[in-house]
Amino acid sequence: MSFISVFDVLGPNMIGPSSSHTAGAAVIAGLARKLISPPLKQVDFTLYGSFCKTYQGHGTDRALLGGMLGFATDDVRIRDSFRIAGQQGLSFTFIPNETETDLHPNTVDIRMENAAGQVMTVRGVSLGGGKVKIVRINSVEVDFTGEYSALIVVHQDTPGVVAHVTSVLSQHQVNIAFMRLFRESRGQTAYSIIESDGILSGSIPGQLRDNPHIYDVMLVQS
Amino acid sequence: MDFRSGSELLALCRQEDCPISQVMRRRECVLGETTPDQIQRRMIRALEIMKQSATTPLRTAQPSMGGLIGGEARLLYQHAAQRQDLCGPMLQRAITYAMAVLEVNASMGLIVAAPTAGSSGVVPALLLSLQDHYGLSDQQLLDGLFNAGAVGYLAMRNATVAGAVGGCQAEVGVAAAMAASAAVELMGGKPEQCLDAASTVLMNMMGLVCDPVGGLVEYPCQSRNAAGVANALVAAELALSGVPQLIPFDEMLAAMYQLGRRLPAELRETALGGCAATPTACTRCVSCG
Repeated sequence: MSFISVFDVLGPNMIGPSSSHTAGAAVIAGLARKLISPPLKQVDFTLYGSFCKTYQGHGTDRALLGGMLGFATDDVRIRDSFRIAGQQGLSFTFIPNETETDLHPNTVDIRMENAAGQVMTVRGVSLGGGKVKIVRINSVEVDFTGEYSALIVVHQDTPGVVAHVTSVLSQHQVNIAFMRLFRESRGQTAYSIIESDGILSGSIPGQLRDNPHIYDVMLVQS
Repeated sequence: MDFRSGSELLALCRQEDCPISQVMRRRECVLGETTPDQIQRRMIRALEIMKQSATTPLRTAQPSMGGLIGGEARLLYQHAAQRQDLCGPMLQRAITYAMAVLEVNASMGLIVAAPTAGSSGVVPALLLSLQDHYGLSDQQLLDGLFNAGAVGYLAMRNATVAGAVGGCQAEVGVAAAMAASAAVELMGGKPEQCLDAASTVLMNMMGLVCDPVGGLVEYPCQSRNAAGVANALVAAELALSGVPQLIPFDEMLAAMYQLGRRLPAELRETALGGCAATPTACTRCVSCG
């Protein structure tokens, strides 16, 4: 069982009203924004389940947008995130989806488009108490929480890539907590997610990209 | 320096000859790989936020996002000023603070989840009311928070603090158990009395369902926080008077958890039963129009 801190009991310090619908929403969006290069131009949130039903009364919309602007769960600017996003030239929409119900009740899809025209869609789930999970990136099912520093490597599903990744990580003395590979189908695009205690060196992504089978590398510090 | 149950916590208190708050501080330093200074600073910040959220609405009403609450703490504050309060100054102030924190929470203000956002009023309300009434120092309140944290940790570890899993008894019930235990330590009670008080709260709030109108953390949540702090005071008074609690905290916690899991889904935060399903509540529910 993982360590439960006194600050997990008396915390998080957060903008209300709900740890799952407000704080968790901000955390999901905060993780999503780290997966795409700034600046962002457009973001569309599709809300499912309880998120879809109660997002306005819980400020889920403001919290999602606040997270997208980089606000932490205790940042009072979350309340004004619509206005601040407008000032920063970030367009946004909220799309309630009542038809798909076979999902975790607190699920959101975040479609992000940056100024360079790159598009990425991330699915996040709010688990309660401010804890969250990213469960999909584009069309690939993944699983990481942001509680550890995470390295997300997008690569072709082919032999030797994982060996390259672990060799670079061992050069950097990275102690791996979890490592998992997710793929759409054999030989297609795969996502390797490596989670580690502590901060991961910013030079790791560049070194990983030396491998021609690696398409993209994202670093999400804890 | 770890404990997995109330009985192990009490054994540590006896062995180290120290109160629950000190055991919890040491546990945090050892297992959290941090220092006494760092945890002190973090808890001071939590206490600051608690004070702010408990006092701002006394003068300025905070309208909620869902529109069901706002201004209740100010009404209570004004009522107390007329010296016609029924509860007496201690409890009157405590319920005022509890209502205030939930008002801030529902208006997208800054609060400390304790242990959840929906139950965030109880612990600050009781500690700050004790401070007003008995002139306790902030340092004493910080000890109270570590004591409360120990009880909340046991509930998170061995049961649940999620309304969706265990009902309101797991949210406001646990918050009130935490507050009662902290109050007993601050008023000079022994560790055994702290957990007796926590056990009594869980007993007296056993079975309380989670039935938020419109699915929002507003109503009846705010009022339940006030009821929670009253329950905490009752239990602390019993324990400090030496009234024995028959059932140990660990057993009461397990009973609460078992009962919570057996509650029908309608009564676990889905807004389909209890208060949420009354005709009047349904007319006020935005999501079902």
